[in-house]
Amino acid sequence: MAETLIPREFSSAPIGIGRRITNYFATFAALAAIVLVLLPLGAIFAYLIYRGIGSINWAFLTQTPKPVGEAGGGMANAIAGSVLILGIASALGVPIGIGAGIYLAEYGRNRFGDLIRFTADVLNGVPSIVIGIVAYGLVVLTQGHFSALAGGVALAIMMIPTITRATEEMLLLVPNTLREASYGLGVPRWRTTLSISLRTATSGVITGVMLAFARVAGETAPLLFTAFGNQYWNWKISQPTAALSLQVFTYAISPFDEWHRQAWAGALILIFLIVLAVTAVRVATKYGTLSGA
Amino acid sequence: MGVGIKVEKLNAWFGKTQALHEITMEAPANHATAVIGPSGCGKSTFVRCLNRMHETIPDAKAEGRVMIGDLDVYNGTSPVQIRRRIGMVFQKPNPFPTMSIYDNVAAGLKLNGFHDRRKLNEIVEHSLKVAALWDEVKDTLHKKSGASLSGGQQQRLCIARALAVQPEVLLMDEPCSALDPISTGKIEELIFQLKEDFTIVIVTHNMQQASRVAEFTGFFLLGRLIEFDKTEKIFTTPSDKRTEDYVTGRFG
Repeated sequence: MAETLIPREFSSAPIGIGRRITNYFATFAALAAIVLVLLPLGAIFAYLIYRGIGSINWAFLTQTPKPVGEAGGGMANAIAGSVLILGIASALGVPIGIGAGIYLAEYGRNRFGDLIRFTADVLNGVPSIVIGIVAYGLVVLTQGHFSALAGGVALAIMMIPTITRATEEMLLLVPNTLREASYGLGVPRWRTTLSISLRTATSGVITGVMLAFARVAGETAPLLFTAFGNQYWNWKISQPTAALSLQVFTYAISPFDEWHRQAWAGALILIFLIVLAVTAVRVATKYGTLSGA
Repeated sequence: MGVGIKVEKLNAWFGKTQALHEITMEAPANHATAVIGPSGCGKSTFVRCLNRMHETIPDAKAEGRVMIGDLDVYNGTSPVQIRRRIGMVFQKPNPFPTMSIYDNVAAGLKLNGFHDRRKLNEIVEHSLKVAALWDEVKDTLHKKSGASLSGGQQQRLCIARALAVQPEVLLMDEPCSALDPISTGKIEELIFQLKEDFTIVIVTHNMQQASRVAEFTGFFLLGRLIEFDKTEKIFTTPSDKRTEDYVTGRFG
């Protein structure tokens, strides 16, 4: 019966030259795409290392900037400031973003959910300088001065939509049969959401968080009139604070060769820190994973 | 010890479509009761009404009287409490993929706030032994994910997980339909042993399976219970023509 439906030649024919060419061509195209994706990244890294590595030394990592004209000095305070601001941004943005994502996926199949989804997508497209102005209005004007907190709030606002949407998408991928298994054991819904759905989606949610983190880590515009920058050490979240991206920006547009060299080095350190943070989180989450999971 | 189940005038809906009509039947304690019928006849919906899983689907609702022992399922008891007394095994094995084998079995207790390590160890071992899986997994309890097991092992893991919360009733929704004959045989053997301690309601597509494991059988058609009787009678001398047509393979 089957042979009347499918011609015999179809299933038994040798794979023709045309198909082989198509196969090679498609494989080649996929490889070429990978190279095209990796090339700019590699080029940026290589060039940053080439220009920046010469200015990185112990002083650069441990000292604050020297006055104009004096050689030496470093960006230690900006490195610390970036860590501080990104810490505040993550502490605010990650829980709010994940919380909103949970709401959208588990409870938000309604009009209100659609509204939040739309708002998050629009927020994602708002220029970062505008978000800086919002944080300026919210925090700087209220406090009366620039601060690390204001910078952190600005970056947190930028992180939230990315994390929210990623969390939602990842939770929706968790099969409903797992939720049912949990309900069937008499586990309440909130507990199921946290311990089953969110836990199953963890690696995807972390990818979303890392994307958001990496995106804001290099942001300069939202920090211009929030964190503002600082030439000295500062550990108080209520005071103006230096950040690597700000320092690079200031140094890069300056007329001094020494500052240009330091700007390259600062950019290199910034990228290095982002890679370090992303890798550390990846390794930490891999460590707890079971075989066969 | 198992407890008996009494269902009176149970009706269930998906939105405006009525899926169950006036179901009245009993599943006696410490016996297996099979629910058979063609696809879409409402047998899955029926067992999902017994532990109020039906209403977790948006727009679904159920009405009627269901007594599990002295527990009035649709009157004044929270679904969460009910589900702690009624274990459920699903059609497709659904172990929690991020949890170890041990944590899968302990999940029902741990997630409900029970953390006594020594007792958990005991319960996990006992549940896995009852589910005839202990010997196969005892060396990798904490190392391997529940999802790393074979399909048949996964289903026995799910049975162990359901048993660990020490229910009185075990609902099985086509527990063997995704399994090979050997795994199916193991699970059927298991059902025989489980009857000593639990009341079992099993939905099945497989009529041989119903006749092998169950003392009582209910035949569903188009959301109605057509006939309910001793399994032997259903398969040899059914009183309804439609039951006879179904069990002799004339339709369905």
